[in-house]
Amino acid sequence: MSIKGAAYIVGAFEHPTRKAEGQSVAQLHAEVAYGALQDAGLSKDDIDGFFCTSAAPGLGPINMADYMGLTKLRHVDSTDMGGCSYIMHVGHAAQAIKEGRCNIALITLAGRPRAEGMATGTVPRSWAPNIPDDPFEIPMARTVVTSYAMVAQRHMYEYGTTSEQLAWIKVAASHHAQHNPHAMLPKVVTVEEVLNSPMVADPLHRLDCCVISDGGGALIVARPEIAKSLKRPLVKVLGCAEATKNQAGGYLDLTYSAARQSGAAAFAEAGVGPADIQYASIYDSFTITVLMQLEDLGFCEKGKGGAFVADGNLISGVGRLPFNTDGGGLCNNHPANRGGMTKVIEAVRQLRGEAHPKVQVPGCRLALANGIGGLLGHRHGAATLILERE
Amino acid sequence: MATPAANRAIPAPKEDPTTKPFWDAAREGRFLIGLCKDTGRHFWYPRGCSPFTLSNNVELVEAKGTGTIYTFTVMRSKEPHAPAYVELDEGPRIFTNIVDCDLDTLKIGQRVRLVFKPTEEGGAPVPMFTPV
Repeated sequence: MSIKGAAYIVGAFEHPTRKAEGQSVAQLHAEVAYGALQDAGLSKDDIDGFFCTSAAPGLGPINMADYMGLTKLRHVDSTDMGGCSYIMHVGHAAQAIKEGRCNIALITLAGRPRAEGMATGTVPRSWAPNIPDDPFEIPMARTVVTSYAMVAQRHMYEYGTTSEQLAWIKVAASHHAQHNPHAMLPKVVTVEEVLNSPMVADPLHRLDCCVISDGGGALIVARPEIAKSLKRPLVKVLGCAEATKNQAGGYLDLTYSAARQSGAAAFAEAGVGPADIQYASIYDSFTITVLMQLEDLGFCEKGKGGAFVADGNLISGVGRLPFNTDGGGLCNNHPANRGGMTKVIEAVRQLRGEAHPKVQVPGCRLALANGIGGLLGHRHGAATLILERE
Repeated sequence: MATPAANRAIPAPKEDPTTKPFWDAAREGRFLIGLCKDTGRHFWYPRGCSPFTLSNNVELVEAKGTGTIYTFTVMRSKEPHAPAYVELDEGPRIFTNIVDCDLDTLKIGQRVRLVFKPTEEGGAPVPMFTPV
């Protein structure tokens, strides 16, 4: 059963805060939900489907629905696949809508790791109790940055990818961030500045890493009849797929990600290919994360990502594939350490023609959002979403 | 300029009932890995089921403790250390640390051998590797 055309994104909202000293996580969820409803022209009691993850306080569909006063829910889903969950949730919402389980779905994400002083990427941490791999990996100082760094190191070894090439990803993001008044790092940087920033975990420098920020975002997904009754531009779900990739009992291959599988499935469902995509939101927890996804999605050959991203090829108005025109996680925002939500939001802005004029892709009709959740060098998930402006 | 591997405090592994025999052996200085008796393939990390067939026809067997670096990084913190994957000569690639060396000299493909490192609070030692 395909979800092609089964649902539309009718509301999108990104919280403007980057340091939420005055709001709880629950309140941030409420604020992004309200923002997305205002954007859509809907109200709270129109929502009959609710999606969140374990990053939402408590048992999300219970405690958060209670906090926000969502009393009309018929369908809930808190499937957690890390930072890419919110991309996947758009697909799950479209499935639920197609099956008649709900009409208008709300997806929320919020968090305040910055206000809470969380050492997001550089300290070993467990997601939860009883995880079977933790005893073998926490003592080894498994952190987010070292997991991704090991992937980068192997990519360089296999394909000759260079730090200069990775740096171009950050440079492109910074060119976009300069136009975003909410961006945490709005300054344009050069390849040299990336390479001269302190080494965090070889070969990743500080400027190869995303920001730590508070805030969040929300999306409203609705059935076609409802979408067409609203006043916002029509952003149709064409395809969505998810995949996971594990260690295969120790026979792991770090040269590709689960995006290879999720991307192929989403493209097949949408009936389009990488060459058709005019704008791409690519989860940029680190520069290497972007490189891997671009290759695995088929925007370039495996191993040729370095050459593909170099020389501004990801800069809007300059290169072949404008990406993360809000500045992405590298420069703008990485709320709750989960970048999938903002990826979908910027894709919606592009398709509506509501991105900043300096970075808006002219006549943008086909966009992709892709994310990686979990640890790319250990075990992870991927989600791919393809959207069309109708 | 060299970057000696720090002797950082290593948190004790949390033992669970299924993998207790692995940690008991580690305390005796023996390095065990999983063997799937359905397929004859070794696996990592130790568990009570085969990641190849899901059956519980598995056992822990002693590994040689030698291998090559598949990939690594050097965490440039106050206590520099090198998380890595080592490909064991038995096949599996295991997540570990490269220790007791100048971290700036590490290379993918380098030969390494096992060293058990003690952990905090009297925890079981954990398998790490050093260049041969």
